[in-house]
Amino acid sequence: MPVAYALHHVSQETDDTFTLVLEPKDGRSPESFQPGQFSMVWAFGAGEVPISISGDPSDAAHLTYTIRSVGPATRALVSAEAGTSVGVRGPFGRGWPVDAARERDVVIVAGGIGLAPLRPVIYRVLANRNEYGRLTILYGARRPADVLFREELVSWSLLPETQALVTVDSGDLGWTGHVGVVTTLFRHAKLFPHDSVAMICGPEVMMRFVAQELQARGMAQSNIFLSMERNMKCAVGFCGHCQWGPHFICKDGPVFPYSRIRPLLDRYEL
Amino acid sequence: MQTLERIIAEHPFFSELDAQYAQLLTGCASNVRFDSGTYLLKEGEGANEFFLIRHGSVALEIFAPQRKPIIIQTLGAGEILGWSWLLPPYRWRFHARAVEPTRAISFHGKCLRTKCEQNHDLGYELLKRLAGVMGQRLEATRLQLIDVYA
Ligand SMILES: Cc1cc2nc3c(=O)[nH]c(=O)nc-3n(C[C@H](O)[C@H](O)[C@H](O)COP(=O)(O)OP(=O)(O)OC[C@H]3O[C@@H](n4cnc5c(N)ncnc54)[C@H](O)[C@@H]3O)c2cc1C
Repeated sequence: MPVAYALHHVSQETDDTFTLVLEPKDGRSPESFQPGQFSMVWAFGAGEVPISISGDPSDAAHLTYTIRSVGPATRALVSAEAGTSVGVRGPFGRGWPVDAARERDVVIVAGGIGLAPLRPVIYRVLANRNEYGRLTILYGARRPADVLFREELVSWSLLPETQALVTVDSGDLGWTGHVGVVTTLFRHAKLFPHDSVAMICGPEVMMRFVAQELQARGMAQSNIFLSMERNMKCAVGFCGHCQWGPHFICKDGPVFPYSRIRPLLDRYEL
Repeated sequence: MQTLERIIAEHPFFSELDAQYAQLLTGCASNVRFDSGTYLLKEGEGANEFFLIRHGSVALEIFAPQRKPIIIQTLGAGEILGWSWLLPPYRWRFHARAVEPTRAISFHGKCLRTKCEQNHDLGYELLKRLAGVMGQRLEATRLQLIDVYA
């Protein structure tokens, strides 16, 4: 059964993407979550959709989601006003390997909305800075106006032992950052592939090319993790809606080691 | 102070280059710097140079009628700029503007072509390296075309 939350506030990130902060209506704390887990978020009257939690895992009072408006349910969610009731089930799924990454460098590669499910990893690493090695964030978006979490990206890039690089596919003349697809950022990143864990989220084609690039730079497949955000319904492995080869994305994923899913990812259509 | 020959040999584009080739190439090279906002080259102009970028950042721009100009790529330290000097009609196909103060080694295109014609081993070495970069750029362009973040 969904738990009732109230929309505390919404902030606009880009043309079509908004961050929603929810708080439980009954005043209790939301269930704690692992970075990379998702909830089934219910927009009353418009349906229930899986959305990754994009907020700080140490925030015991709120649940935060960053949502791109693509259809009826996501449109209803992003256009809701403060105080609106929203139903939430979860958290569900296997998240990012934040524990296994301790003592090692963390390399985050995101495209478009894919930075949202990875933001909790960044918060976790920064809150426990001496437990991790270097943090590298490589982020690609279509245009400068599509870059999510701009101010945070700038503030992360100024931190010690942290590199945050942003690139866009094409820029206007006012853009002074990188231009080129996200894989072109690897040339500017200080990576130690043998002692790093990489976490990738974005459209599948992007993740495939990023995983190939990381391997070409010497990273083992078992240290590369991807989030497969294909669509799902029940979120608990019953309905089969999100079955992908032998895996159910909702309970075996959404985060998978590349070594396990590579054969599926390289196939054209499944 | 680093000699020009050493700077060339230490640039990633020329990594592990035979010392005799570095020496030959140095004869065509000079140190250049560009303030932020200045153009290294402009579309349609004669392509007489090849740049090894040492510091800074350069934006490649395309202007299309009735559309806003766009930056299609940026290049930074350790990368190279330009291969139109290699093949006729030796004209640039885009603008390149320094977006940060930029330092580079500039090679005179005709001088390079002459050396490559005289010494085909050098020419083949240079072409192999250029082909590698062209391959990477072609792949990056393909990814841009399929709009990977859609
Ligand atoms: C585990 C998981 C985590 C997710 N996390 C987020 C998130 O943090 N933020 C976010 O904005 N979205 C996220 N999504 C995607 C989100 O669930 C879909 O966009 C949503 O279900 C669309 O519902 P709708 O009713 O608005 O549109 P629909 O009418 O259902 O779909 C509109 C269009 O979007 C396409 N679409 C639907 N679902 C997906 C999908 N999963 N991937 C790609 N295209 C899709 C449809 O094919 C259709 O073209 C996640 C999905 C999964 C499976």
